[in-house]
Amino acid sequence: MAKLDSKIPQGSLSEKWTNHKSNINLVSPANKRMIDVIVVGTGLAGASASATLAELGYNVKTFCFQDSPRRAHSIAAQGGINAAKNYKGDGDSTYRLFYDTIKGGDYRSRESNVYRLAEVSTNIIDQCVAQGVPFARDYGGLLDNRSFGGVLVSRTFYAKGQTGQQLLLGAYSAMNRQIGRGKIKMYNRHEMMDLVLIDGKARGIITRNLVSGEIERHSAHAVVIASGGYGNVFFLSTNAMGSNVSATWKIHKRGAYFANPCFTQIHPTCIPVSGEHQSKLTLMSESLRNDGRIWVPKRIEDVKAIREGKLQPTEIAEEDRDYYLERRYPAFGNLVPRDVASRAAKERCDAGFGVNKTGEAVYLDFADAILRYGKEQAHVKGWDESDTVLVKKLGQQVVRAKYGNLFQMYEKIVDQDPYETPMMIYPAVHYTMGGVWVDYNLMTSIPGCYAIGEANFSDHGANRLGASALMQGLADGYFVLPYTIGDYLADDIRTGTISTDSPEFEAAEKEVKQRLEAFINNKGKHSVDYYHRKLGKIMWDKCGMSRNEKGLKEALRDIKALREDFYKNVNVPGVTNEFNEQLAKAGRVADFLELGELFAKDALERTESCGGHFREESQTPEGEALRDDKNFTFVSAWEYKGEPSKAKLHKEVLNYEEIEVKTRSYK
Amino acid sequence: MNLTLKIWRQANAKAKGEMVTYSISDVSPDMSFLEMMDMHNERLIDRGEDPVAFDHDCREGICGMCSMFINGEAHGPDRLVTTCQLHMRKFKDGDTLTIEPFRANAFPVIKDLAVDRSAFDRIQQAGGFVSVNTSGNTQDANAIPIDKHDADKAFDAATCIGCGACVASCKNASAMLFVSAKVSQYALLPQGKIEATDRVLNMVNQMDEEGFGNCTNTGACEVECPKGISLENIARMNREYLTASLKG
Repeated sequence: MAKLDSKIPQGSLSEKWTNHKSNINLVSPANKRMIDVIVVGTGLAGASASATLAELGYNVKTFCFQDSPRRAHSIAAQGGINAAKNYKGDGDSTYRLFYDTIKGGDYRSRESNVYRLAEVSTNIIDQCVAQGVPFARDYGGLLDNRSFGGVLVSRTFYAKGQTGQQLLLGAYSAMNRQIGRGKIKMYNRHEMMDLVLIDGKARGIITRNLVSGEIERHSAHAVVIASGGYGNVFFLSTNAMGSNVSATWKIHKRGAYFANPCFTQIHPTCIPVSGEHQSKLTLMSESLRNDGRIWVPKRIEDVKAIREGKLQPTEIAEEDRDYYLERRYPAFGNLVPRDVASRAAKERCDAGFGVNKTGEAVYLDFADAILRYGKEQAHVKGWDESDTVLVKKLGQQVVRAKYGNLFQMYEKIVDQDPYETPMMIYPAVHYTMGGVWVDYNLMTSIPGCYAIGEANFSDHGANRLGASALMQGLADGYFVLPYTIGDYLADDIRTGTISTDSPEFEAAEKEVKQRLEAFINNKGKHSVDYYHRKLGKIMWDKCGMSRNEKGLKEALRDIKALREDFYKNVNVPGVTNEFNEQLAKAGRVADFLELGELFAKDALERTESCGGHFREESQTPEGEALRDDKNFTFVSAWEYKGEPSKAKLHKEVLNYEEIEVKTRSYK
Repeated sequence: MNLTLKIWRQANAKAKGEMVTYSISDVSPDMSFLEMMDMHNERLIDRGEDPVAFDHDCREGICGMCSMFINGEAHGPDRLVTTCQLHMRKFKDGDTLTIEPFRANAFPVIKDLAVDRSAFDRIQQAGGFVSVNTSGNTQDANAIPIDKHDADKAFDAATCIGCGACVASCKNASAMLFVSAKVSQYALLPQGKIEATDRVLNMVNQMDEEGFGNCTNTGACEVECPKGISLENIARMNREYLTASLKG
């Protein structure tokens, strides 16, 4: 296997991308027509890459497991997308966005990739507006911004609480244009089952048609994986039900290194778990922390009274409330980064101050914002600012215009009106910073196999800042991959169409079929979900918001045992050649059962705390995460060696040339 | 809660389907409708029966994949929600729930409650875009100011999730609300004006080819739309279509 070469271009940080683009190989328009590219996944990264590759002239084949590419889970992103436009004139710049992202990621991301991301961020907004994405605007007709956690400027562009939807529909529309022209061949309801390598290069994939069950072979000169993150290894997460690790895990098993699997983002503002039946968790956008204040009661007796239903949160006086983020982090207050906010909520709840029956919830309160906005509106209209009923009504209107869909969603799920009583929230698994290792060109350690968007590891270090996932997905897909891939494909202009009749395709297809048959023939006693829930519980208890050596060792043992039990006793009904959701799920859970073990192994090896990875053994006296830069300023890239426990660690040392590595402080 | 479920079972597109009655016990009012279906499926699997196939993904009301017709209404009795956001507290102990797929000629059943809505994709492919390349060489995003009211209306139209509730609710299985939402989004924005003529003609043409019915202004689509897409959009599309037809 090739040495870990990140292929960072020479030159100063601000010139690397421009120089690199000028120096890499190009494929002529006439030759692009002879080259096929496969894209797996149609979220922001996959859809934007498919559209752009097709516009450039490549023949694109795109796959998604949903019934339409428009439904990929980027659609659910709520709050916004960052870009260093500095429209607000508040001191933003490419450098500041770069710096915030590196710092937010707790100095565990690659400088050159992050700088490029910040550099192309402004293009994304221009591009999306040109496509007709209806961003929020002010009365002067210009684009509006809001603030997100971990930064001191307003650089987040948004479309109410549906920014991901609007951006994805924009990318989907660009794809549709190319599907209409015949430049993209779209395969809905198809799942990638394996990667096919010929002479060490990625040359195609095996897929399963989820409607007919048919196993198909697809060849190409390069394969792009844009299949998202693996948060569902926790069973309960804010990911969609179908979100899975299978595409990235399959390429890992074929030789792609998997980087920093333990870097997971636990998002602070999600709707708390309501019971055993829960199938997924729902995020309440971080944008709510622009206006919501987070608190728990100061007095434990108030907590008890609330849990018993004898006291309402609105009855607790201001001085009896503990706005713990404002108390601990006065500079950033409620807008600290996600990892910090999540741990602070856990700290309060572990200390017994959780405000719901399970003791795992804190308040997110809009009363102050409603009052503030109401007074402002009353003043503008020249009405009586001391009329509390009027002010509340006006304030609620403003909040409704900003966050209406989120409030409605909360009300439907929890059956409480958040305009009248504070929301209850608790952290939940949301995003995975870890992913497939890629070089500067976004190529994995398999030649010709690329990974973009959440599926790769490169930009967010150990913690992602809010509104940066959308930015990265579109940056990779619109502006990075379509150019860097040419450098590789330039050598393929004489290759011609790749046959699917080769022994490599034959063998891969046979393996896939055998695996599926084995599930159906197993006739065990437990459903797939039974195992998924058990895995999720191990992950949450032992690899969740805080981790320690003992727990991680137990997790390693328990996950392995669970996986063995799964293969012995799982029950998958039906047959292979039909629409069979249980069969599809069985394959995904089988992969999660392997990834989970690598995850725990990675977390065990990294004995420092950084970003979302909090090792109890490594903390300051105040309970803040304590990094160990001397020993851990590197990316852990794992090579598959037959099973997760045998994975071999490769280290990509992170060199910070531009930025001084400091202790991250939001106080 | 204990409930009776009458569910449409159909093995595949070619098979003849039928309503099958089940009873389900210990349903929690806090469950979402799909969590109740999950529980039902777990029990079917444990009994060695075939679980009910249904489409679902994000379970937060935005992907548009879930598509059940419950007690005669698309996405059930609650307003402005998709099936995944419908909660069992909206029903009473002892209720009988009739659960069918979204029915329309243009939405053939794949299995049980899952239908094929790829006709929607093909309508979008016919013209639901602005023909601008993704090269990044576009003008600055603030170069064209857009009236906030128009931008807000365009956004409202653009929030359509493409679930097909409008089609399933319409006695003619018309897709006018869906198509008009996209046409309106672009009609309201300067970026969309350039191709307005071709867009509306091509999209309406594709809609007709897919076998969706005509609009007779009953307004059922608007009532059942989980995103509250307004009938105004249909009126706007009719204007756009007329203008485009006159231009020829």
